[in-house]
Amino acid sequence: MTRSSIGASGRVENDVPAFPMPRAKGCPLDPPPGLRGLQAEAPLVRIRLWDGSTPWLVTRHDVQRALLADERIGSDSLLPGYPHVSESFQARAADLQTFITMDDPEHARQRRMLSPSFTLRRIEQLRPTVQGIVDDLVDGLLAGPKPADLVSAFALPVPSLVICHVLGVPYEDHEFFQRTSRLLIARETAAETALAAQMELVGYLDQLIGRKLAEPADDLLSQLAVEQLQTGQMSRQQLAMMSLLLLVGGHETSADMIALGTLALLTNPDQLAVLRHTDDPTVIARATEELLRYLSVAHGGRRRVALEDIEIAGEVIRAGEGLVLPSEIGDRDERVYPRPDVLDLHRDARQHLAFGFGIHQCLGQPLVRVELQAVYGTLYRRIPTLALAVEPSELEFKEEGFVYGVHELPVTW
Amino acid sequence: MHVAADTEKCISSGHCAMAAPEVFDQDEETGIVRLRTDHPAAEHEAGVHDAAAVCPVLAITVSAERLG
Ligand code: HEM
Ligand code: SF4
Repeated sequence: MTRSSIGASGRVENDVPAFPMPRAKGCPLDPPPGLRGLQAEAPLVRIRLWDGSTPWLVTRHDVQRALLADERIGSDSLLPGYPHVSESFQARAADLQTFITMDDPEHARQRRMLSPSFTLRRIEQLRPTVQGIVDDLVDGLLAGPKPADLVSAFALPVPSLVICHVLGVPYEDHEFFQRTSRLLIARETAAETALAAQMELVGYLDQLIGRKLAEPADDLLSQLAVEQLQTGQMSRQQLAMMSLLLLVGGHETSADMIALGTLALLTNPDQLAVLRHTDDPTVIARATEELLRYLSVAHGGRRRVALEDIEIAGEVIRAGEGLVLPSEIGDRDERVYPRPDVLDLHRDARQHLAFGFGIHQCLGQPLVRVELQAVYGTLYRRIPTLALAVEPSELEFKEEGFVYGVHELPVTW
Repeated sequence: MHVAADTEKCISSGHCAMAAPEVFDQDEETGIVRLRTDHPAAEHEAGVHDAAAVCPVLAITVSAERLG
């Protein structure tokens, strides 16, 4: 248990495992074995990041939950000790911030501007639109050539069309914002490239906000422009950054849930059969939560800093120390989920951490649920013969991002 | 059973309204939690416990029965 002992100099003396860790060959849907090893060892261990810093890794579900809901931890990425994902993430944080990396009260002030638009009731009203988008894309898939790449023909267009509809962003520009979004969430994007991409996107959204101000339409950007920008609640740059968070936050994550979810189902035919043979919304909703748990695609961990000393799970986290809380192992904790590596669409997985926990828990989640329920409830029933068009071993996974997924998913039917 | 919801902490996630719609609702304007009752019927007990477990900011507290 002395792996992470710290000497009087404050330096870590013996060897601290590097993070992130590689996945096992042949198990692309399971978390890295090294992380499982650390989870078995202790609820809190030290890890070494790209910059040599050695924050805490929180391994267990209950401790992740407790800390994420604790008012003594902060998300402000400008605080010293904050465990940055990479150099380019650090550079972007120093440039401009969104409320996902702010603490209350400013975080709450900005988030509350959006929460009325993301209530269950409001999002439920979008269900027919979302279902229509999914149905049209399935029609398109069936009418097109096969094999087809499910990522570009279906998994990415679904969330893209939906978020464009909600925000009032012209879908014609999707190649631009999909490319720049991808650069922003890849861990290995060079700092200058990420900053340039961020600037390009902010510039694009700023222009769009200008158009919404001149001619408000029935969409979220117009509403924010009129209610928050014109009233002085927010600067134009703040609104552009908020729009960027919504546009980027909702893209790859949802697309990965669709593509990776389909892969998980195709490789677990008994589970696929559950969805192929039901139109019961309760069954589909339950299956969606289990897929969210099983895949927990926002990989690489929530990032936090202790604002005060916190005594938890037999350790003392000192004020100013960084914390990394990866849901991909929290959601595979056998203390909460028996046989955690089994995809079981009938289990109650609602306590998963795929959307995070605490005050920053995903704002978009009601929308994601409607999207994923429409997809999982439609795709496999409409295309019952859906099958992989390549060997699973040929697939390439997004090891380089902090959102996990598959680059292409060639399918046939 | 007695249930309370802390509207100061609430982040409008809607989980409680999903877990026990007979007991929890979201304010139309703000999305903040609204109790339909603070003494839920026995049949909704399981749903109320689920809601307390999934609330991301631990804003829901359940007690057996308020005394006095
Ligand atoms: C499957 C899809 C998605 C997943 C897995 C996901 C995951 C997450 C996670 C884990 C967080 C918490 C980050 C943290 O605690 O540091 C988060 C926050 C957030 N997500 Fe999502 N997300 C998804 C889709 C969306 C969509 C569609 C939107 C936009 C409508 C969105 C908007 C946001 C926003 C604005 C935040 C910041 C909330 C805050 O800081 O208070 N997400 N998301
Ligand atoms: S579950 Fe918690 S945060 Fe979500 S609406 Fe209910 S009280 Fe608010």
